[in-house]
Amino acid sequence: MTVIEAHHLTRHFDGLTAVDGLSFGVGAGEIVGLLGANGAGKTTTMRMLLGLLAPSSGTANLLGEPALRADRRLMGYVPQGLGLYRDLTVSENLRFVAGAFGVDPPSLETAGLGHVANRRIGEIPLGTRRQVAFVAARCHNPPVLILDEPTSGVGPLGRARLWETIHRTAESGTAILVSTHYMEEAGECERVVVMAAGREVVSGSVSEIVGGALSVAITGEVAEGAFERLRDEGGTVLVDGRGWRVVGLDAAAVSDAAGPGATVLVVPASFEETFVSLST
Amino acid sequence: MSWGLESVSVVFGDTIALEEVSLQARAGDIAVVVGGDGAGKTTLCRALVGLDEVASGAVSRPPRTGFQPETSGVWGDLTVAENLQFVAGAYDIDPGRAGRRITELLEVTQLVDARDRLGRELSGGMRQKLGVTMAVLSDPDLLVLDEPTTGLDPVSRVELWSFIALAAREGRAVVVTTAYVDEAARASTVLALDEGSVLAEGTVAAVVEAMPGRVYQSLVAGGVNSWRRGESWRVWSPDGSVPLGGIATVPDLSDVVTVAALAREATR
Repeated sequence: MTVIEAHHLTRHFDGLTAVDGLSFGVGAGEIVGLLGANGAGKTTTMRMLLGLLAPSSGTANLLGEPALRADRRLMGYVPQGLGLYRDLTVSENLRFVAGAFGVDPPSLETAGLGHVANRRIGEIPLGTRRQVAFVAARCHNPPVLILDEPTSGVGPLGRARLWETIHRTAESGTAILVSTHYMEEAGECERVVVMAAGREVVSGSVSEIVGGALSVAITGEVAEGAFERLRDEGGTVLVDGRGWRVVGLDAAAVSDAAGPGATVLVVPASFEETFVSLST
Repeated sequence: MSWGLESVSVVFGDTIALEEVSLQARAGDIAVVVGGDGAGKTTLCRALVGLDEVASGAVSRPPRTGFQPETSGVWGDLTVAENLQFVAGAYDIDPGRAGRRITELLEVTQLVDARDRLGRELSGGMRQKLGVTMAVLSDPDLLVLDEPTTGLDPVSRVELWSFIALAAREGRAVVVTTAYVDEAARASTVLALDEGSVLAEGTVAAVVEAMPGRVYQSLVAGGVNSWRRGESWRVWSPDGSVPLGGIATVPDLSDVVTVAALAREATR
């Protein structure tokens, strides 16, 4: 069942089109990622789905009906700024949010946050703060969760822990829409919608997007001026340790530019490389 | 030539922002410092370029050091060309030479068409490219870039990395901080920081090699030493023993940094 559905969703702000004809859906138990740079339109899309912002055209549907502010009860939302009170403790924040939704506060022990129950939000590490915001957003057990850059600024372990919680929540049947600017997090989503300048660039699962795409790796002694030559010939050169990887040129062209001292190898492309070759 | 930090600590009031951190930046190499918010990346940059005083340890840097702060360093009310001319003036670069160098750099960074645009009208990717160009303009031997790629789209990120690689190719020692582990995987050397101290350091190969125990892939969670990666789990086995249903896997940098954080957590 499609829980969240965006259909030709568009939003203008004073002559600027922040979101331009975006369509996608999120089913129950699914994690869909909105990927893109700052300013690509991810937050605006989320705010329309939340009913906080009216679309200029197109529709944002929630369980088959247009999203309204009154539907907030059906949704859990973690904004980029987290929406927690820094001067209240973790348990006070959760009691406040639970009170607003008229439900019992969630158990901090179950969430693995018992050790910080009486610490003020401002005093705990960012990764833990993000965990608290996630628990707060889920306290009324909504069928939909919208997470705006939930792992931004968190170290690798904190990020792995957050994703674990997100996956577990999806497995219980929640539809989850998550935005991120970490390309490496695309693999955590069933499907991703990659956005640039308000539009969809590409969408699908990571393996669908990467498909059989290839890139060229160069190691060893590279000829003088090879870097400039590869660029001039239309290749995109990526650094890779002490070697390079090239997207957009075939192995013969790369080998020619790199010179006889270099070893050139055709390798499967990464998600980022595929994305770059799709956009350039 | 190489520069860097030798067992440096930086203290603000009663907070230890950086604790006995060493970093070697060699000419022609890119050293990447990776960590989340509060890891100490900005403090490390500021200590390295001399903006923050160190409580102990030694800092070495060449007379010519280029620095791009986290905020990009671009003046919003100046045009792209004016930003560069201002920097050239501050470094007292001969106007003729500065003009030639500015033209050359604008071409390499593909900012030629944006020459007369105001700093605040640039996209994130263009602003960061201009910031790096400003840091490179004085022809420094050491180039320090604080989170130049945060929030950028992948194409801008790749373009910026190409430009950074070119700066290293020209013989400069380059230090770049980032929150993205996949960027660190492309570096000559990596320094992973967490709450001001070192989680892992060395070349990517050496860091992976030095990881204690083994990492397995599994379809089920394996307690506190496991974490989710996409559809499957990673399980760290400190003594190398095979967990139930575990398939041995070659860890990547992200796994190794996670293991280092788990190992640290276990000692607390």
